[in-house]
Amino acid sequence: MSETREMLREAAERLFEKHCGAETMHRADGGEFPQALWRALTEAGYAAALVPESAGGPGLEMPDALSLLFSAGRHAVPAPLAETMLAGWLLSSAGLVPPEGALAVAPVREGDVPSVSRECGSWRLQGKASRVPWAAASAAIVVLARFEGRNLVAVTAPGDCRITNGANLAGEAREDVDFSGARCSAAAETLIDPAALHALGAVMRSAQMAGALQSVLETTVQYAQERVQFGRPIGRFQAVQQNLAVLAGQTAAATAAAEAGIEAAARDLDSPAVAAAKIRAGEAAGIGAAIAHQMHGAIGFTQEHRLHFSTRRLWSWRDEFGNEAYWARRLGGAVAAAGADRLWHGITAAG
Amino acid sequence: MASMDNLRFEPPPPFAAGELLRAEVRAFLAEHLPKRSITDGVGSWGGSNREFSRKMGARGWIGMTWPKRYGGHERGALERYVVLEEMLASGAPVSGHWVADRQSGPLLLRVGSEEQKRAILPRIAAGECSFCIGMSEPDSGSDLASVRTRAAAVEGGFRVNGTKLWTSNAHRSEYMILLARTGEAGEQRHGGLTQFLVDLQATQGISIRPVHNLAGEHHFNEVVFQDVFLPAGNVLGEVGGGWQQVTSELAFERSGPERFLSSFTLLVELTRALGPDPSERGRIALGRFVAHIATLRRLSRSVAGMLQAGTNPAQQAALVKDLGTTLEQEIPEIARQLIDEEPDRDSTRDFVAVLARTMMNAPSFSIRGGTREILRGMIARGLGLR
Repeated sequence: MSETREMLREAAERLFEKHCGAETMHRADGGEFPQALWRALTEAGYAAALVPESAGGPGLEMPDALSLLFSAGRHAVPAPLAETMLAGWLLSSAGLVPPEGALAVAPVREGDVPSVSRECGSWRLQGKASRVPWAAASAAIVVLARFEGRNLVAVTAPGDCRITNGANLAGEAREDVDFSGARCSAAAETLIDPAALHALGAVMRSAQMAGALQSVLETTVQYAQERVQFGRPIGRFQAVQQNLAVLAGQTAAATAAAEAGIEAAARDLDSPAVAAAKIRAGEAAGIGAAIAHQMHGAIGFTQEHRLHFSTRRLWSWRDEFGNEAYWARRLGGAVAAAGADRLWHGITAAG
Repeated sequence: MASMDNLRFEPPPPFAAGELLRAEVRAFLAEHLPKRSITDGVGSWGGSNREFSRKMGARGWIGMTWPKRYGGHERGALERYVVLEEMLASGAPVSGHWVADRQSGPLLLRVGSEEQKRAILPRIAAGECSFCIGMSEPDSGSDLASVRTRAAAVEGGFRVNGTKLWTSNAHRSEYMILLARTGEAGEQRHGGLTQFLVDLQATQGISIRPVHNLAGEHHFNEVVFQDVFLPAGNVLGEVGGGWQQVTSELAFERSGPERFLSSFTLLVELTRALGPDPSERGRIALGRFVAHIATLRRLSRSVAGMLQAGTNPAQQAALVKDLGTTLEQEIPEIARQLIDEEPDRDSTRDFVAVLARTMMNAPSFSIRGGTREILRGMIARGLGLR
């Protein structure tokens, strides 16, 4: 691991440890935006981690910046850090300077194609975007929109849009946004296309899932060492040990896949490693969450226990920015088209 | 927190030079890969072919990491990794030198006498010398500490009596590394074990009997030692130090690409059978397999990097093998649901024949080299649970 990344990781762990305590988590679960956490991670430069130094960002290399999301996932950070990073990246690609505050990005679902039009010298957004993370709570919604066959980054205010409230299984806001003529405070052309936006979002969720699995593994191992049944800690039973070994394997696989996805994303968002990250981490999420709950028994199934902050996110994140089947269909289609005799070449080229 | 550090995987070191080597290996394979039936060696690392092993030796691709004075080439573990995975992915017949290159040679290098090293390592590196592993016995499989083969000290050496079982390739090997009891086990059960270098062809009193597997193939053997005299010079390492030596050998045995590529030939044939424009189910299955293999490659290269850096990633190796063999066993189970054919070893259609052979070899994947349950126990130890 690079020295920068290790220093960043240690700092992020300290920050999230301090600001994602039980009270913050439960209040965020009830729909309250965690202001203190958000201030702290903005001051640390995390929200603008993908914004270049020239545009006011902290000047991190892309892989180092994305690696912050392992820590964010470990602590189930109940705020739009990944989304604001993604918005910053998108804005920078169009030469726009990110506004202050939490930012939302749209579209996040493949079928949604918002567009912009120019009316009386001002830009206006048309169309809809579904399941937009944190749309209403954001300071601005950053939209990748079509305009005369090109891609534009347009910035609008949530107050100008019709927003239908909603949430994912973890209670994180996921809202349907109807732009229907919303005014844009800025708009500029970008070379990023919707597929690339989708791909970077998928890599981000992969890293978050790997982080969440790391924390689920630690929590579950610790519980197995403390919980006593039949006169000994349940972690002494082989049946339990075998399950925890599987959980450890899935966690290691998700972490490795997400790391590979992050490295590839900095070079080429069309890389097979990007698809592989979301496929592998998403599969691990389902298996890992199931084992963690089985090992915790009834207590892990309650609201007062903290396990669900991670597992409900795992169940949500695996389906966001394309689920395993979505990415496997794409990757498998490309592999089949290249042909059987290129299969191994394709795998080694993926890193 | 601290417990998790035992299972930490360092990112594989960047290795751009590996791509040059990869191209060299591919060019070599294009020229020298023997023409034969596609099912030969499925599930058993391509089968044995002394001629091919010699060619690899001549290219410097056996004993790659060993010192030059013992016939090695002083290259890195990651370079070796590239050669291994290219060989396995192409189905090349590498099982003749596989065990010697992977674990017997490195063990000799670590604990062997100068004389043993000079006599044997250059022959392995030349592709001239096969090894088999004399660990398992009729009553000692996973519980290796319970071995009963006895080596009693006598004038000038040891007299060995006992039976080894499941000894792959004993009938095609020049040497066995034998694990035998030379003393009392002690309270920890791990004492009193010693490893010996056994020349299978020149030693009197050894009989080798084939044990055919359920596919009708002959890899396994039963090897009986009856009053076999081994000179003191054949002790490998320390008398009584066998347990320590054996367990360090196993880290090398568990993390390589042979632990996730055993069904790769079937995956290639599945891709061919599905064609360039497969059904949605076919695409999803292929994409998932590729994602799994790409991830396993990274984990396996990470272990190679850690071995190169001199650490002992035994628990990480166990984890890679557990994940890898699970995938190897899933491939035939999923492939058969995608192509509506009955598996048949004698079929002239490649997919059908390879499916049959892979399916029949699949049970061994999670048994050989440490059973799934033993590996998961090791991972649990890494987690601090044992």
